[in-house]
Amino acid sequence: MTAIDIGVPRGVPRKRHAPTARRHRRERIFKVVGLLATLVGLVALGALLFDLAYSGLPRLSWDFFLNFPSRRANIAGILSAWVGSLLVILVTGAIGIPLGVAAGIYLEEYARKNLLTNIIEINVSNLAGVPSIIYGLLALGLFVYGFGTGRSIFTAGLTLALLILPIIIVATREAIRAVPDSLREAALGLGATKWQVTRDHVLPAAMPGVLTGVIIGVSRALGETAPLITIGALTFIAFLPTPPITSEPPFISFQWLWDGFTVLPIQAFNWVSRPGDDFHANAAAAGLVLVLLTLGLNGIAIYLRYRLRKKLQW
Amino acid sequence: MKFKFLSLAAIAAVGGSLLTGNEALAQAKTIAIDGSSTVFPVSEAIAEEFQKANKGAIRVTVGISGTGGGFKKFCRGETDISNGSRPILKEEIEACKKAGIDFYELPLAFDALTVAVSPKNTTLKCITVAQLKTIWEPSAQGKVMKWKDADPSWPDQAIKLYGAGADSGTFDYFTEAIVGKAKASRGDYTASEDDNVLVTGIENDANSLGYIPFAYYEPHKAKMKALGIDWGKGQGCVLPSLENVLAGTYNPLARPLFIYVSKKAADKPEVAQFVEFAMTKGPALIREVKYLPLPDEAYKMGIARFKAAQVGSGFGGIPEVGLPVAEILKRTPKM
Repeated sequence: MTAIDIGVPRGVPRKRHAPTARRHRRERIFKVVGLLATLVGLVALGALLFDLAYSGLPRLSWDFFLNFPSRRANIAGILSAWVGSLLVILVTGAIGIPLGVAAGIYLEEYARKNLLTNIIEINVSNLAGVPSIIYGLLALGLFVYGFGTGRSIFTAGLTLALLILPIIIVATREAIRAVPDSLREAALGLGATKWQVTRDHVLPAAMPGVLTGVIIGVSRALGETAPLITIGALTFIAFLPTPPITSEPPFISFQWLWDGFTVLPIQAFNWVSRPGDDFHANAAAAGLVLVLLTLGLNGIAIYLRYRLRKKLQW
Repeated sequence: MKFKFLSLAAIAAVGGSLLTGNEALAQAKTIAIDGSSTVFPVSEAIAEEFQKANKGAIRVTVGISGTGGGFKKFCRGETDISNGSRPILKEEIEACKKAGIDFYELPLAFDALTVAVSPKNTTLKCITVAQLKTIWEPSAQGKVMKWKDADPSWPDQAIKLYGAGADSGTFDYFTEAIVGKAKASRGDYTASEDDNVLVTGIENDANSLGYIPFAYYEPHKAKMKALGIDWGKGQGCVLPSLENVLAGTYNPLARPLFIYVSKKAADKPEVAQFVEFAMTKGPALIREVKYLPLPDEAYKMGIARFKAAQVGSGFGGIPEVGLPVAEILKRTPKM
């Protein structure tokens, strides 16, 4: 429908509008309904945050971040959990983001539309809805037993990378599709190769959208528990992975990739299921850290997106 | 730019992994424990103290794959010690045998299930296993809805049931002990894998009846009432308590918890040291995390069994309930 075509086909009686007062009343009613719908989500989030903060805040201290888990709730901390979470997410991002973005670019810019790409497309969308434990079972069979990668940070990163791959692919494709064709045609017309067009024009223009997908994916990976327990994440681990920098040449060690680990949601889950209120306070505090970490990541993404959008000029 | 860096990092990571490989992990002195989440608090306490006693020279990790999941890893040789909230089953013994893994079976502690009601419930002090069966068996679904449906002398009020969810080891054990068949239970009750949910439910409902692990009852005993259990075998009504569990009278709702130690792992001095630590320092720690320790003979027997290299299970892979301590200790392991 174009902008001029506001009329109704001839012969069809024009729908009579309700009197002005009633229309305005409906307008107001919808406004209230819309507001209520928005508030349900916001209030739920607010209540959750308040509840976590209420029982968790008193437990937050440097010691809580620097202590290992313990049977005594008041000296138990989340050191191994937050270090584990960060390292696993690092591996997840390093593998999942380039793979997902590359696949998205290929499917949108390079692949021909045929039966095969259609099947791939449907599968990718479906994969985004597969329960996470299935990824855990796949990873247990394929990575842990098949490739012998063990119950390690590397395996966890690979598993979560698989989990967020469909999310990143779908977001990348949507973002690339939103880039106007005139941009591509202009660059192609000047003799640029497809890769040059993609790298210098399409991808930068699509970056804000890609980033949104990456952040949604990474935030989801941060909160995952089930697939990690399936591949054999630990619950009690009172030491840190091998440091990445060593005193002997070549000074950089990737040994930490093979170390056992635990993550924040597993630690919180474990504390929630313990008897006694003092462990529940720990769980709330760990949950609070996790929520703040996710919100922080989102904040960084929103800031980056804002800066990238401002730079875009067509 | 960012992508360039990240993909470089990924390539470097894979390359680096090829260089270092998995062997280095085996060199670090690490004891890997996995298995039942019921046993976890005990293992965590022992692991924590053991690491402290060794000033961090030996590392211990504990996972919670569940008893079955733990045995799967154990029989593949991936863990040194497996926590079990029940004896090892036949298929699991077979799997271990196939992989050439011999194991020691060491009873570690007791877990007692508590049947609790609201303190506002003044009629009930004691309940028989038969009455519990009437309430919980699958055919009770939709029929036993009021107290008097289970026993005519009980009040004419709706009964609110709270129990473990179907994925929990507690559920398996309770149904096995009370109904006589694992996993056979009515379904119309408030079920949760999280025992804290059940605790809150039982406390806040005047007509509640539920079962929870003893460790969850203990810190809340001011707000709920534990019922005595009468097995109908002449012992009368027995309340859940350390003394009664040790005396072997709190039946059939007390169960032993085990650790299984791989013989291959036990040849390593650090694992042997850990087992000895668990058998000597264990009881105090077990009490601290609100579980019930076994009598001293059990630990002495454990060490003896370990030193004499008596491998295998004393239970022949068949689940049993209500075994008194003395009986458990008498069972000689065989492969």
